[in-house]
Amino acid sequence: MAFLALVGAGLAKDAAFANHMWVLVAVMMGTTIVLLRRVDFGPAPVIDTSGYMDGPIRYGTIATMGWGVVGLLVGVVVALQLAYPDLNIEPWFNFGRMRPLHTSAVIFAFGGNALIATSFYVVQRTSRARLFGGDLAWFVFWGYQLFIVMAATGYLLGSNQAREYAEPEWYVDIWLTIVWVAYLVVFLGTIIRRKEPHIYVANWFYLSFIVTIAMLHIVNNLAIPVSFTGSKSYSAFSGVQDALTQWWYGHNAVGFFLTAGFLGMMYYFIPKQANRPVYSYRLSIIHFWALIFLYIWAGPHHLHYTALPDWAQTLGMVFSIMLWMPSWGGMINGLMTLSGAWDKIRTDPIIRMMVMAVAFYGMATFEGPMMSIKAVNSLSHYTDWTIGHVHSGALGWNGLITFGALYFMVPKLWNRERLYSVRMVNWHLWLATLGIVVYAAVMWVSGIQQGLMWREYDEQGFLIYSFVESVAAMHPYYMLRALGGGLYLAGAILMAFNLTMTILGRQREEAPIGGRAPALQPAE
Amino acid sequence: MALLDKHAILERNATLLLIGSFLVVTIGGIIEIAPLFYLENTIEKVEGMRPYSPLELAGRNIYIREGCYVCHSQMIRPFRDEVERYGHYSLAAESMYDHPFQWGSKRTGPDLARVGDRYSNEWHVQHLIEPRSVVPESIMPSYAFLKDNPLEVKGFATHLKANVAVGVPYTTGMIENTEADMRAQADPNADTSGIEGRYPKARVGDFDGNPQALTEMDALVAYLQMLGTLVDMKTYDETAGDR
Amino acid sequence: MDYHSLRAFADSWALLVMALFFIGVVAFAFRPNSRAHADEAARIPLKED
Repeated sequence: MAFLALVGAGLAKDAAFANHMWVLVAVMMGTTIVLLRRVDFGPAPVIDTSGYMDGPIRYGTIATMGWGVVGLLVGVVVALQLAYPDLNIEPWFNFGRMRPLHTSAVIFAFGGNALIATSFYVVQRTSRARLFGGDLAWFVFWGYQLFIVMAATGYLLGSNQAREYAEPEWYVDIWLTIVWVAYLVVFLGTIIRRKEPHIYVANWFYLSFIVTIAMLHIVNNLAIPVSFTGSKSYSAFSGVQDALTQWWYGHNAVGFFLTAGFLGMMYYFIPKQANRPVYSYRLSIIHFWALIFLYIWAGPHHLHYTALPDWAQTLGMVFSIMLWMPSWGGMINGLMTLSGAWDKIRTDPIIRMMVMAVAFYGMATFEGPMMSIKAVNSLSHYTDWTIGHVHSGALGWNGLITFGALYFMVPKLWNRERLYSVRMVNWHLWLATLGIVVYAAVMWVSGIQQGLMWREYDEQGFLIYSFVESVAAMHPYYMLRALGGGLYLAGAILMAFNLTMTILGRQREEAPIGGRAPALQPAE
Repeated sequence: MALLDKHAILERNATLLLIGSFLVVTIGGIIEIAPLFYLENTIEKVEGMRPYSPLELAGRNIYIREGCYVCHSQMIRPFRDEVERYGHYSLAAESMYDHPFQWGSKRTGPDLARVGDRYSNEWHVQHLIEPRSVVPESIMPSYAFLKDNPLEVKGFATHLKANVAVGVPYTTGMIENTEADMRAQADPNADTSGIEGRYPKARVGDFDGNPQALTEMDALVAYLQMLGTLVDMKTYDETAGDR
Repeated sequence: MDYHSLRAFADSWALLVMALFFIGVVAFAFRPNSRAHADEAARIPLKED
């Protein structure tokens, strides 16, 4: 509860500091209400300093689930806005303000909570030590939720610094920095007081994710605020330097937030669920160093053929192509963990989900280096192809591995014998997979068609299509894309229901999978 | 095998692992980003670049606030189709005063790097109020509310000062005349010699169709109308841009 | 230290050093006596809950 006082103090100070900033006041009032509601909702954590500290992990699991559904829902809404522009409600719910809300909600609210919760879970169990810093872990959890609420409301109310995937303004950035340092202290402290001589490789990935995100976040958000009582700031860099700094950040948000951190999940939860050690631990060491070394260079491939100097573009391309190797090394390592236990894919839908996640990781990390080749990029850049690529990675890899981890953790965290329904996991998996396949396929077609229409010439040497003709041609694809996203969202809602029932201690009566009724198994 | 046992130490010492991975991830960033600041040929030498006028800067802030960059790029690549469609390919110099850059990453709508002077003010205003009334196939949201939002003028000089702090060469005269320049640029009856002297090629006059009020619509249209108009590409020496 | 001399250096010595370093890392990780150590580490998550 000491944590609550801290948040309270933080609130008062912020509200005073933002006295004449009605935007900020509105945000803080919203935050207060949300926080109060949430605090009432949960019982005070039982203090038992002997075992693992699982309270923040339980809350983090629920937050992951809740934000996941919200973020995906906003995604479906923005997808529909592109198909039916009348769904834009100015000024707050226009696409330009909703899109950062979607990206931040799924990356930082859903992905971030998943990473924080699973990293706390994994580090305790592989170090055999309680979380370091006592209530600091609670501060990390609630502080991070405050960051999310501030960021989300900020976009809708018109506070945006126009750096993709780093849109919150300077004061929200400072708050996140504080929370992130606390996160690092808790994580590193727990590793230092471990009872196991070796630091398990999952923790390496988590640690490098935390440290690198801190570095990227601070450098990318360097800015001079106009006033300490105003939300607007001007970036410390300009033009070409600013562009490379932003995409150095942007690509490594993918590389370290969405890849390294989630690989930490893979290296713990797949061995656990399969009950077998990772295929090659030595390969995982190579995987780690090669991945973190190569990823950091790849940013310039977002700026091919722009005013960025050619040498930087080429460097980015070369490293992006090399990145294919450690990525697939990691994928093989994850998949081969199941060697000798392949039958589990048939009988265990959670394993099936994790295997599907790793398969999508492999696909996305093959597509990525290909798209970083300048000749390919000249067609794919600025089109929906990029959007499809991102979503096959985000929905396929990040989403499915997180869902798998949630299905694994929830029964353990709440001491339930099993999930409410294992068959629903199977339904979730196939809804999600179908959704991703529809989404990615539609975006390939629309992206390539867009790119080709823009560069199509007739015999006299005139451009055939006006820009707006390419917009009109996208309409059917945008409808289908929303359908794909809707299927994925339906799967996530099914999961939320399943996990909620599990937490409530209910069990659905059903036949075990792989047993008598094969009707629900389209997998074979 | 003494050297080879070193990694075992790394595997057992969390702080060393932390420092080791931090070093590994800093190398790439330093080698790629740092040279952009000191290699002289990163940014071409061109004539005509100037800081944004206060009204244009305010419009740019609205462009950023509304997230226009999520659908519109401001970076023309050196391909035949792009140059024909949008104009001369973009130069690094053209965004040298952009804090932050607005190159964008997606073209749900067309590139805007050289949209300035292509359409009339009236077209822009109508398009922002109801995009489908001028482009039936458009999927752009409506921005009619900008016409009713009065532009925040008071204290805008602090924005210029913040830009000075990050390296934009606003002069004392520019900062002192911030508010007057903002009003004068959108006022058809004002004496505009001052602003045209401080900000060459600045477009003056009423932008939003309502000379009585200075609105956010005025600012946004003023910004759109200056995009890509500062550098005269006929005088640009291509060979100077060898990078 | 202009761009072209940097480029020449990057194409030659820097490349060689990085390649050798990488080979060294792989050789290190797969050296014969690391197997037992690695197998032990790989079992950490499976020990207990």
